[in-house]
Amino acid sequence: MSRMETIAPPRPQVSASARVESGSVKVRARAVSVFYGEKQALFDVSLDMPEKSVSALIGPSGCGKSTFLRSINRMNDTIPGCRVTGEIAIDGDNINDKSVDPVLLRAQVGMVFQKPNPFPKSIFDNVAYGVRLHGLAESKRDLDQIVETSLIKAGLWDEVKDRLSASGMSLSGGQQQRLVIARAIAINPEIILMDEPCSALDPIATAKIEELIDELKTNFCIIIVTHSMAQAARVSQQTAFFHLGKLIEFGPTEQVFTNPRDTRTQDYITGRFG
Amino acid sequence: MTTAAGKSLIGTRKPHLADSSFRVSLYVAGAVVVVVLASILLIMFMGGRQAFETFGLGFVWSTEWNPVTSVYGALPAITGTLITAFTAILIAWPIGFGIAFFLTEICPLSLRAPLGIAIELLAAIPSIVYGMWGFFVLAPFMADNVQPWLTELFAWLPPVGDSFFWFSAPPLGVGLMTASLVLAVMILPFIAATSRDVMLSTPQLLKDGAYAMGATRWETLTGVVIPAVRGSLFGAVFLGLGRALGETMAIVFVIGNATRMPDSLFAPSASIASVVANNFPEAEPGSIQLAVLLGLGFILFVVSFGVLALARLLLRQERMA
Repeated sequence: MSRMETIAPPRPQVSASARVESGSVKVRARAVSVFYGEKQALFDVSLDMPEKSVSALIGPSGCGKSTFLRSINRMNDTIPGCRVTGEIAIDGDNINDKSVDPVLLRAQVGMVFQKPNPFPKSIFDNVAYGVRLHGLAESKRDLDQIVETSLIKAGLWDEVKDRLSASGMSLSGGQQQRLVIARAIAINPEIILMDEPCSALDPIATAKIEELIDELKTNFCIIIVTHSMAQAARVSQQTAFFHLGKLIEFGPTEQVFTNPRDTRTQDYITGRFG
Repeated sequence: MTTAAGKSLIGTRKPHLADSSFRVSLYVAGAVVVVVLASILLIMFMGGRQAFETFGLGFVWSTEWNPVTSVYGALPAITGTLITAFTAILIAWPIGFGIAFFLTEICPLSLRAPLGIAIELLAAIPSIVYGMWGFFVLAPFMADNVQPWLTELFAWLPPVGDSFFWFSAPPLGVGLMTASLVLAVMILPFIAATSRDVMLSTPQLLKDGAYAMGATRWETLTGVVIPAVRGSLFGAVFLGLGRALGETMAIVFVIGNATRMPDSLFAPSASIASVVANNFPEAEPGSIQLAVLLGLGFILFVVSFGVLALARLLLRQERMA
């Protein structure tokens, strides 16, 4: 059991929960459990993630960190037989409430995946996809402006400004990943979920994405799942360690890495298992 | 490089007999396709040469088919073949895609396997069964219910010249439209099953990308999945078209077997395959009639090949774009 400060858990069996002091809470999870059919993949996870900062979720494969991430934008709804219990609130509103339309929720919570997944469309149309979908541009000029701004923010503009009509698939892996980040931020979400965004990239492309994450955190709440502990240490302000579907420890990144409170965290970050 | 025993590693390994004979047998397997294809084409052409020589281009372009005077023009049969095949595609295409979308996106998991098997069973029904069903069930139904209704509905359509009247025709039951419907049912499972497999092969990552942008199911399907697999979906349709062009037994039952130019979409007509099937028993060896039938076979081969080649060409351009 974590010795960290616990805040009013709704159930006594909450295994770990924590509040991080910096900033106000953007995403609050309380006793979140996820089931795939009969199999439980996530057990009573409670944690608070602050806005305008990067929270990293680490842990060995199959520990539930991606499952948890996917419940924040209700992507788990698209998996047949998947069931989520507990409460996840964004700005205090429970996203699992019946009145919440997952389609609209996902427009506010962007997501970047393990492998870049540009649509089979032009670079421009990729970035414009969500803007058109949700009718966010008032004119063609407006749309052009949004696409340009998003590509600039994603650090891709200079590389693609002369070939916006080329296929998104024609870019390199690292460029594609920045393209889908541009696609995500074009609709101005409040939260960006990243599921091992650099696992398919080389070190140079990885460095660029990490740089980008660092810039994006001034505007967005970023939650990143990563297998690289070095990456978690470099980009995040707070880190959550998951093991066997349970949240073991959550705290400021520096503390988790230099002075973990749980021996399992210690074992994982020092490479004894995982 | 040497092993511990001092033997050189390079050049000591003898090619294995099994390996080389495997190679040869694969070459043979590949060659069989080409040889069979070429010899069928050649024999059809040689057999039909007399017809091509006798009637010249008129064999393909002439509308007159008269066994009594020994004048054979294949245009009515070619027309019947193309009209039935393309009408069948027009009917089966949307339904087949609908089935595929339903099976991959909407259908409850527990129903997917049984429904998928049911569709594949549809493909396993022998064509003669489809023919009998078409003749005894569908044709009377068409004559009594569908055709009068369609005739009235499209009465406003102006005829093409004074030779083609669209939906206006006496309600006989058998004819082009009934044949097209039977064909549509027959190729439906091919289109549905192939496009289902195509849709299932769409990377989940791509769909997730659209869902994560706040796209609905419909928007994901139309905006991302279909553009990604468009080429393969066309492939599914052309597979059905290839089958529709050559289908014989079911068509003989329901097309009406009248070798003249159709004057409406309900007219009794004939397809290349049905003409060959109907006339083969009476064609004596060495007769011009036999040459005509083999020549028709050659034309059907060329038409089918042309359609499939065109499809491939379209797909290639699509991929390059």
